[in-house]
Amino acid sequence: MFKWLHPYAKPEKAYLLSLSVFKYLMPLSIIGLFAGCLWGLMFAPADYQQGDSFRIIYIHVPTAIWSMGVYMSMGIAGFCALVWQIRLMELSVIAMAPIGAVFTAVALFTGALWGKPMWGTWWVWDARLTSELILLFLYLGVFALFHSFDDKRYGAKAACILAVIGMVNVPIIHYSVEWWNTLHQGASITKFDKPSIAGEMLWPLLVNIFSLMLFFIALTAYRFSTEVLRNESHRKWVLELTK
Amino acid sequence: MNPRRQKRLYTALVLVAGLAITIGLVLYALKENIDLFYTPNEIVNGKKETGVKPQVGQRLRIGGMVVEGSVKRLGEGLKVQFELADAASKQNIVIVYDGILPDLFREGQGIVANGYLTSATTIEAFEVLAKHDEEYMPPDLAEAMKGIKHVKPENNPALTEAYE
Repeated sequence: MFKWLHPYAKPEKAYLLSLSVFKYLMPLSIIGLFAGCLWGLMFAPADYQQGDSFRIIYIHVPTAIWSMGVYMSMGIAGFCALVWQIRLMELSVIAMAPIGAVFTAVALFTGALWGKPMWGTWWVWDARLTSELILLFLYLGVFALFHSFDDKRYGAKAACILAVIGMVNVPIIHYSVEWWNTLHQGASITKFDKPSIAGEMLWPLLVNIFSLMLFFIALTAYRFSTEVLRNESHRKWVLELTK
Repeated sequence: MNPRRQKRLYTALVLVAGLAITIGLVLYALKENIDLFYTPNEIVNGKKETGVKPQVGQRLRIGGMVVEGSVKRLGEGLKVQFELADAASKQNIVIVYDGILPDLFREGQGIVANGYLTSATTIEAFEVLAKHDEEYMPPDLAEAMKGIKHVKPENNPALTEAYE
Protein backbone atom coordinates (compact mmCIF):
# COMPACT_ATOMS: atom_id res chain seq x y z
CA MET A 1 0.00 0.00 0.00
CA PHE A 2 2.78 2.43 0.93
CA LYS A 3 5.11 1.34 -1.88
CA TRP A 4 5.35 4.82 -3.35
CA LEU A 5 6.57 6.09 0.03
CA HIS A 6 9.39 3.60 0.38
CA PRO A 7 12.07 5.43 -1.65
CA TYR A 8 11.71 8.39 0.76
CA ALA A 9 12.64 6.26 3.75
CA LYS A 10 16.17 6.50 2.39
CA PRO A 11 17.87 9.43 4.15
CA GLU A 12 19.36 10.80 0.95
CA LYS A 13 15.99 10.94 -0.83
CA ALA A 14 14.31 12.41 2.25
CA TYR A 15 17.00 15.08 2.48
CA LEU A 16 16.55 16.16 -1.12
CA LEU A 17 12.76 16.11 -0.87
CA SER A 18 12.68 18.22 2.29
CA LEU A 19 15.06 20.77 0.77
CA SER A 20 12.83 21.22 -2.25
CA VAL A 21 9.75 21.46 -0.01
CA PHE A 22 11.54 24.24 1.87
CA LYS A 23 12.56 25.99 -1.34
CA TYR A 24 9.00 26.21 -2.69
CA LEU A 25 6.94 26.68 0.47
CA MET A 26 9.08 29.23 2.31
CA PRO A 27 8.61 32.13 -0.16
CA LEU A 28 4.94 31.21 -0.58
CA SER A 29 4.33 31.29 3.17
CA ILE A 30 6.18 34.59 3.63
CA ILE A 31 4.09 36.19 0.88
CA GLY A 32 0.92 34.75 2.42
CA LEU A 33 1.76 35.95 5.94
CA PHE A 34 2.71 39.39 4.65
CA ALA A 35 -0.53 39.69 2.65
CA GLY A 36 -2.67 38.36 5.52
CA CYS A 37 -1.12 40.71 8.10
CA LEU A 38 -1.36 43.72 5.79
CA TRP A 39 -4.98 42.92 4.98
CA GLY A 40 -5.90 42.22 8.58
CA LEU A 41 -4.03 45.10 10.20
CA MET A 42 -4.71 47.80 7.60
CA PHE A 43 -7.89 47.03 5.70
CA ALA A 44 -10.15 44.84 7.84
CA PRO A 45 -12.76 46.90 9.76
CA ALA A 46 -12.40 47.50 13.51
CA ASP A 47 -14.52 45.44 15.90
CA TYR A 48 -17.76 46.93 17.25
CA GLN A 49 -16.71 46.46 20.88
CA GLN A 50 -12.96 46.05 21.01
CA GLY A 51 -12.03 48.58 18.33
CA ASP A 52 -8.56 48.04 16.90
CA SER A 53 -7.42 45.84 19.79
CA PHE A 54 -9.12 42.84 18.19
CA ARG A 55 -6.50 42.85 15.40
CA ILE A 56 -4.19 40.77 17.57
CA ILE A 57 -6.45 37.91 16.47
CA TYR A 58 -4.45 37.81 13.21
CA ILE A 59 -1.37 36.69 15.15
CA HIS A 60 -2.92 35.02 18.18
CA VAL A 61 -5.38 32.64 16.51
CA PRO A 62 -3.06 31.23 13.79
CA THR A 63 -0.26 30.57 16.30
CA ALA A 64 -2.69 29.10 18.83
CA ILE A 65 -4.30 26.79 16.24
CA TRP A 66 -0.94 25.59 14.95
CA SER A 67 0.51 25.22 18.43
CA MET A 68 -2.02 22.38 18.69
CA GLY A 69 -1.71 21.26 15.07
CA VAL A 70 2.08 21.01 15.30
CA TYR A 71 1.76 18.97 18.48
CA MET A 72 -0.63 16.52 16.82
CA SER A 73 1.70 16.00 13.85
CA MET A 74 4.65 15.66 16.24
CA GLY A 75 2.73 13.11 18.32
CA ILE A 76 1.74 11.08 15.26
CA ALA A 77 5.34 11.14 13.99
CA GLY A 78 6.47 10.03 17.45
CA PHE A 79 3.93 7.20 17.39
CA CYS A 80 5.17 5.97 13.98
CA ALA A 81 8.76 6.27 15.20
CA LEU A 82 8.00 4.09 18.22
CA VAL A 83 5.98 1.42 16.41
CA TRP A 84 7.89 1.12 13.13
CA GLN A 85 11.24 2.31 14.57
CA ILE A 86 12.05 4.64 11.71
CA ARG A 87 15.01 6.88 12.51
CA LEU A 88 13.80 9.59 10.12
CA MET A 89 10.53 9.87 12.06
CA GLU A 90 12.46 10.51 15.27
CA LEU A 91 14.37 13.26 13.49
CA SER A 92 11.10 14.83 12.31
CA VAL A 93 9.84 14.91 15.94
CA ILE A 94 12.87 16.90 17.03
CA ALA A 95 12.56 19.11 13.94
CA MET A 96 9.02 20.11 14.96
CA ALA A 97 9.39 20.57 18.74
CA PRO A 98 11.06 24.02 18.88
CA ILE A 99 8.77 25.41 16.16
CA GLY A 100 5.70 24.36 18.13
CA ALA A 101 7.21 25.77 21.33
CA VAL A 102 7.67 29.16 19.65
CA PHE A 103 4.08 29.12 18.30
CA THR A 104 2.78 28.32 21.79
CA ALA A 105 4.88 31.04 23.40
CA VAL A 106 3.69 33.59 20.84
CA ALA A 107 0.05 32.57 21.40
CA LEU A 108 0.45 32.91 25.19
CA PHE A 109 2.25 36.23 24.87
CA THR A 110 -0.20 37.84 22.44
CA GLY A 111 -3.08 36.52 24.54
CA ALA A 112 -1.64 38.23 27.62
CA LEU A 113 -1.15 41.48 25.69
CA TRP A 114 -4.79 41.38 24.59
CA GLY A 115 -6.07 40.22 27.97
CA LYS A 116 -4.75 43.23 29.88
CA PRO A 117 -6.84 45.89 28.09
CA MET A 118 -9.85 43.65 27.29
CA TRP A 119 -10.31 41.41 30.33
CA GLY A 120 -8.44 43.62 32.77
CA THR A 121 -5.72 41.07 33.59
CA TRP A 122 -2.59 39.62 31.95
CA TRP A 123 -3.19 36.12 33.19
CA VAL A 124 -5.86 34.08 34.89
CA TRP A 125 -5.64 30.39 35.82
CA ASP A 126 -8.61 29.26 33.77
CA ALA A 127 -8.70 25.90 31.97
CA ARG A 128 -7.78 27.23 28.51
CA LEU A 129 -4.79 29.30 29.57
CA THR A 130 -3.45 26.68 31.95
CA SER A 131 -3.70 23.80 29.46
CA GLU A 132 -1.97 25.93 26.81
CA LEU A 133 0.84 26.63 29.29
CA ILE A 134 1.15 22.88 29.89
CA LEU A 135 1.49 22.47 26.11
CA LEU A 136 4.48 24.82 26.18
CA PHE A 137 6.09 22.71 28.92
CA LEU A 138 5.41 19.54 26.91
CA TYR A 139 7.22 21.00 23.89
CA LEU A 140 10.16 22.04 26.05
CA GLY A 141 10.12 18.61 27.68
CA VAL A 142 10.27 16.80 24.33
CA PHE A 143 13.15 19.00 23.26
CA ALA A 144 15.02 18.59 26.55
CA LEU A 145 14.53 14.80 26.69
CA PHE A 146 15.86 14.39 23.18
CA HIS A 147 19.14 16.03 24.12
CA SER A 148 19.47 14.70 27.66
CA PHE A 149 20.96 11.28 26.87
CA ASP A 150 24.48 10.55 25.69
CA ASP A 151 23.09 7.77 23.53
CA LYS A 152 20.96 9.57 20.95
CA ARG A 153 18.69 6.56 20.32
CA TYR A 154 17.62 6.57 23.99
CA GLY A 155 16.95 10.29 23.91
CA ALA A 156 14.89 10.01 20.74
CA LYS A 157 12.85 7.16 22.17
CA ALA A 158 12.11 9.03 25.41
CA ALA A 159 11.18 12.18 23.49
CA CYS A 160 8.83 10.20 21.22
CA ILE A 161 7.08 8.64 24.22
CA LEU A 162 6.52 12.07 25.76
CA ALA A 163 5.30 13.43 22.40
CA VAL A 164 2.75 10.59 22.14
CA ILE A 165 1.56 10.91 25.74
CA GLY A 166 1.23 14.69 25.46
CA MET A 167 -1.31 14.33 22.64
CA VAL A 168 -3.92 13.76 25.36
CA ASN A 169 -3.59 17.45 26.22
CA VAL A 170 -4.58 18.71 22.76
CA PRO A 171 -8.32 17.88 22.88
CA ILE A 172 -8.35 19.22 26.46
CA ILE A 173 -7.07 22.58 25.21
CA HIS A 174 -9.57 22.68 22.38
CA TYR A 175 -12.64 21.72 24.43
CA SER A 176 -11.61 23.48 27.68
CA VAL A 177 -13.81 26.46 26.84
CA GLU A 178 -16.84 24.17 26.43
CA TRP A 179 -16.30 21.73 29.29
CA TRP A 180 -15.62 24.32 31.98
CA ASN A 181 -16.49 27.90 32.81
CA THR A 182 -13.53 29.89 31.54
CA LEU A 183 -12.69 33.55 31.11
CA HIS A 184 -11.43 32.75 27.60
CA GLN A 185 -14.20 33.03 24.99
CA GLY A 186 -15.45 30.05 23.01
CA ALA A 187 -14.32 29.08 19.52
CA SER A 188 -15.14 31.56 16.73
CA ILE A 189 -14.09 29.50 13.69
CA THR A 190 -12.91 26.01 14.72
CA LYS A 191 -16.39 24.59 15.20
CA PHE A 192 -19.05 22.83 13.13
CA ASP A 193 -21.12 25.95 12.84
CA LYS A 194 -21.19 29.24 11.01
CA PRO A 195 -18.10 31.24 12.08
CA SER A 196 -19.10 33.95 14.55
CA ILE A 197 -16.85 36.47 12.91
CA ALA A 198 -17.86 38.75 10.05
CA GLY A 199 -16.64 37.74 6.56
CA GLU A 200 -14.50 40.81 5.90
CA MET A 201 -12.59 40.13 9.16
CA LEU A 202 -12.53 36.36 8.61
CA TRP A 203 -10.78 36.20 5.23
CA PRO A 204 -7.44 37.73 6.25
CA LEU A 205 -7.52 35.46 9.30
CA LEU A 206 -7.94 32.36 7.12
CA VAL A 207 -5.11 33.56 4.86
CA ASN A 208 -2.86 33.89 7.90
CA ILE A 209 -3.85 30.49 9.32
CA PHE A 210 -3.13 28.79 5.99
CA SER A 211 0.14 30.67 5.45
CA LEU A 212 1.34 29.84 8.95
CA MET A 213 0.76 26.17 8.15
CA LEU A 214 2.94 26.51 5.04
CA PHE A 215 5.51 28.36 7.15
CA PHE A 216 5.51 25.53 9.68
CA ILE A 217 5.92 22.87 6.96
CA ALA A 218 8.76 24.81 5.32
CA LEU A 219 10.61 25.37 8.61
CA THR A 220 10.15 21.73 9.62
CA ALA A 221 11.50 20.58 6.26
CA TYR A 222 14.56 22.77 6.69
CA ARG A 223 15.27 21.68 10.27
CA PHE A 224 14.62 18.08 9.25
CA SER A 225 17.15 18.28 6.42
CA THR A 226 19.87 19.55 8.74
CA GLU A 227 19.03 16.85 11.31
CA VAL A 228 19.36 14.20 8.58
CA LEU A 229 22.74 15.62 7.57
CA ARG A 230 23.96 15.63 11.16
CA ASN A 231 22.71 12.11 11.76
CA GLU A 232 24.30 10.77 8.58
CA SER A 233 27.44 12.87 8.77
CA HIS A 234 29.80 9.95 8.25
CA ARG A 235 27.93 8.41 5.35
CA LYS A 236 29.33 8.46 1.88
CA TRP A 237 26.56 10.52 0.30
CA VAL A 238 26.97 13.31 2.86
CA LEU A 239 30.73 13.37 2.46
CA GLU A 240 30.28 13.61 -1.29
CA LEU A 241 27.69 16.36 -0.89
CA THR A 242 29.94 18.48 1.33
CA LYS A 243 33.09 17.97 -0.71
CA MET B 1 3.12 -6.43 9.75
CA ASN B 2 5.61 -8.56 11.64
CA PRO B 3 4.75 -9.74 15.18
CA ARG B 4 7.24 -7.44 16.93
CA ARG B 5 5.84 -4.35 15.25
CA GLN B 6 2.34 -5.53 15.99
CA LYS B 7 3.22 -5.91 19.65
CA ARG B 8 4.70 -2.41 19.79
CA LEU B 9 1.65 -1.01 18.02
CA TYR B 10 -0.71 -2.57 20.57
CA THR B 11 1.48 -1.48 23.51
CA ALA B 12 1.52 2.10 22.27
CA LEU B 13 -2.23 2.13 21.60
CA VAL B 14 -3.08 0.65 25.01
CA LEU B 15 -0.72 3.14 26.70
CA VAL B 16 -2.34 6.16 25.03
CA ALA B 17 -5.90 4.88 25.57
CA GLY B 18 -5.24 4.09 29.24
CA LEU B 19 -3.67 7.47 29.82
CA ALA B 20 -6.55 9.28 28.08
CA ILE B 21 -9.10 7.45 30.23
CA THR B 22 -7.15 8.19 33.44
CA ILE B 23 -6.83 11.88 32.69
CA GLY B 24 -10.47 12.01 31.60
CA LEU B 25 -11.58 10.56 34.94
CA VAL B 26 -9.31 12.89 36.92
CA LEU B 27 -10.65 15.94 35.09
CA TYR B 28 -14.21 14.72 35.56
CA ALA B 29 -13.65 14.27 39.29
CA LEU B 30 -12.09 17.73 39.58
CA LYS B 31 -14.75 19.34 37.39
CA GLU B 32 -15.91 21.86 39.96
CA ASN B 33 -12.41 22.90 40.91
CA ILE B 34 -11.48 23.55 37.28
CA ASP B 35 -14.49 25.81 36.70
CA LEU B 36 -13.18 29.35 36.90
CA PHE B 37 -16.37 30.75 38.42
CA TYR B 38 -19.84 30.18 39.82
CA THR B 39 -22.79 31.40 37.78
CA PRO B 40 -25.46 33.46 39.61
CA ASN B 41 -27.80 30.45 39.41
CA GLU B 42 -25.16 28.23 41.08
CA ILE B 43 -24.74 30.71 43.94
CA VAL B 44 -28.47 30.59 44.67
CA ASN B 45 -29.22 26.92 43.92
CA GLY B 46 -25.82 25.23 44.18
CA LYS B 47 -23.72 23.46 41.54
CA LYS B 48 -25.68 21.37 39.07
CA GLU B 49 -24.28 17.92 39.89
CA THR B 50 -23.62 18.17 43.62
CA GLY B 51 -25.88 20.98 44.81
CA VAL B 52 -22.97 22.45 46.80
CA LYS B 53 -23.68 26.09 47.66
CA PRO B 54 -20.97 28.60 48.52
CA GLN B 55 -20.80 29.70 52.19
CA VAL B 56 -21.15 33.31 53.30
CA GLY B 57 -17.63 34.70 53.71
CA GLN B 58 -16.20 32.33 51.11
CA ARG B 59 -13.85 33.76 48.52
CA LEU B 60 -15.10 32.95 45.02
CA ARG B 61 -15.40 34.05 41.42
CA ILE B 62 -18.75 34.75 39.82
CA GLY B 63 -19.43 35.05 36.09
CA GLY B 64 -22.60 36.47 34.57
CA MET B 65 -24.23 39.20 32.51
CA VAL B 66 -24.47 42.73 33.88
CA VAL B 67 -28.23 43.42 34.19
CA GLU B 68 -29.44 46.37 32.08
CA GLY B 69 -30.03 49.48 34.17
CA SER B 70 -28.54 48.04 37.35
CA VAL B 71 -25.21 49.92 37.36
CA LYS B 72 -25.16 52.52 40.16
CA ARG B 73 -22.34 54.73 41.44
CA LEU B 74 -22.10 54.75 45.22
CA GLY B 75 -20.92 58.08 46.66
CA GLU B 76 -18.07 60.18 45.29
CA GLY B 77 -15.35 57.57 44.80
CA LEU B 78 -14.91 54.70 42.40
CA LYS B 79 -17.37 52.53 44.29
CA VAL B 80 -19.94 50.97 41.97
CA GLN B 81 -22.77 48.51 42.42
CA PHE B 82 -24.39 46.33 39.76
CA GLU B 83 -26.38 43.13 39.40
CA LEU B 84 -25.43 39.92 37.60
CA ALA B 85 -27.77 37.37 36.04
CA ASP B 86 -27.52 34.34 33.73
CA ALA B 87 -30.04 32.59 31.52
CA ALA B 88 -31.12 30.16 34.27
CA SER B 89 -31.18 32.49 37.31
CA LYS B 90 -34.32 34.01 38.78
CA GLN B 91 -32.49 35.84 41.58
CA ASN B 92 -29.88 38.46 40.58
CA ILE B 93 -26.61 38.67 42.50
CA VAL B 94 -25.52 42.14 43.65
CA ILE B 95 -21.83 43.03 43.21
CA VAL B 96 -20.19 45.90 45.09
CA TYR B 97 -16.83 46.91 43.69
CA ASP B 98 -14.37 49.66 44.57
CA GLY B 99 -11.92 50.06 41.69
CA ILE B 100 -11.41 50.69 38.00
CA LEU B 101 -13.69 48.77 35.64
CA PRO B 102 -12.20 47.21 32.47
CA ASP B 103 -12.76 48.85 29.05
CA LEU B 104 -15.28 46.28 27.91
CA PHE B 105 -17.46 46.65 31.03
CA ARG B 106 -20.95 47.72 30.00
CA GLU B 107 -24.54 46.72 30.65
CA GLY B 108 -25.41 43.44 28.95
CA GLN B 109 -21.72 42.43 28.90
CA GLY B 110 -20.46 39.20 30.46
CA ILE B 111 -18.04 39.75 33.36
CA VAL B 112 -16.16 37.69 35.93
CA ALA B 113 -15.78 39.15 39.43
CA ASN B 114 -13.45 37.88 42.16
CA GLY B 115 -14.51 38.59 45.73
CA TYR B 116 -16.10 37.50 48.99
CA LEU B 117 -19.71 36.43 49.47
CA THR B 118 -21.02 38.87 52.12
CA SER B 119 -24.60 37.57 52.17
CA ALA B 120 -26.49 34.90 50.22
CA THR B 121 -26.84 37.17 47.18
CA THR B 122 -24.22 39.92 47.63
CA ILE B 123 -20.56 39.84 46.71
CA GLU B 124 -17.91 42.35 47.71
CA ALA B 125 -15.54 42.17 44.73
CA PHE B 126 -11.88 43.20 44.62
CA GLU B 127 -11.37 42.40 40.93
CA VAL B 128 -13.71 42.70 37.94
CA LEU B 129 -12.72 41.16 34.58
CA ALA B 130 -14.65 41.53 31.32
CA LYS B 131 -15.52 38.25 29.63
CA HIS B 132 -15.56 38.75 25.91
CA ASP B 133 -17.77 36.60 23.67
CA GLU B 134 -16.63 34.96 20.44
CA GLU B 135 -18.51 37.36 18.15
CA TYR B 136 -16.43 39.66 16.01
CA MET B 137 -18.03 42.15 13.64
CA PRO B 138 -17.57 45.66 12.30
CA PRO B 139 -19.58 48.43 14.07
CA ASP B 140 -22.05 49.10 11.23
CA LEU B 141 -22.96 45.42 11.04
CA ALA B 142 -23.37 45.21 14.82
CA GLU B 143 -25.75 48.16 14.81
CA ALA B 144 -27.79 46.69 11.99
CA MET B 145 -27.99 43.25 13.59
CA LYS B 146 -28.49 43.98 17.25
CA GLY B 147 -29.02 47.70 17.62
CA ILE B 148 -25.88 47.87 19.78
CA LYS B 149 -23.98 51.15 19.55
CA HIS B 150 -20.23 50.96 19.95
CA VAL B 151 -19.67 53.25 22.93
CA LYS B 152 -16.91 53.25 25.47
CA PRO B 153 -17.94 53.18 29.15
CA GLU B 154 -17.20 56.87 29.67
CA ASN B 155 -19.54 57.75 26.77
CA ASN B 156 -22.19 55.27 27.77
CA PRO B 157 -25.28 57.27 28.80
CA ALA B 158 -26.31 54.65 31.34
CA LEU B 159 -23.00 55.05 33.13
CA THR B 160 -22.65 58.84 32.87
CA GLU B 161 -26.02 59.22 34.52
CA ALA B 162 -24.66 57.17 37.36
CA TYR B 163 -21.57 59.39 37.57
CA GLU B 164 -23.67 62.49 38.28
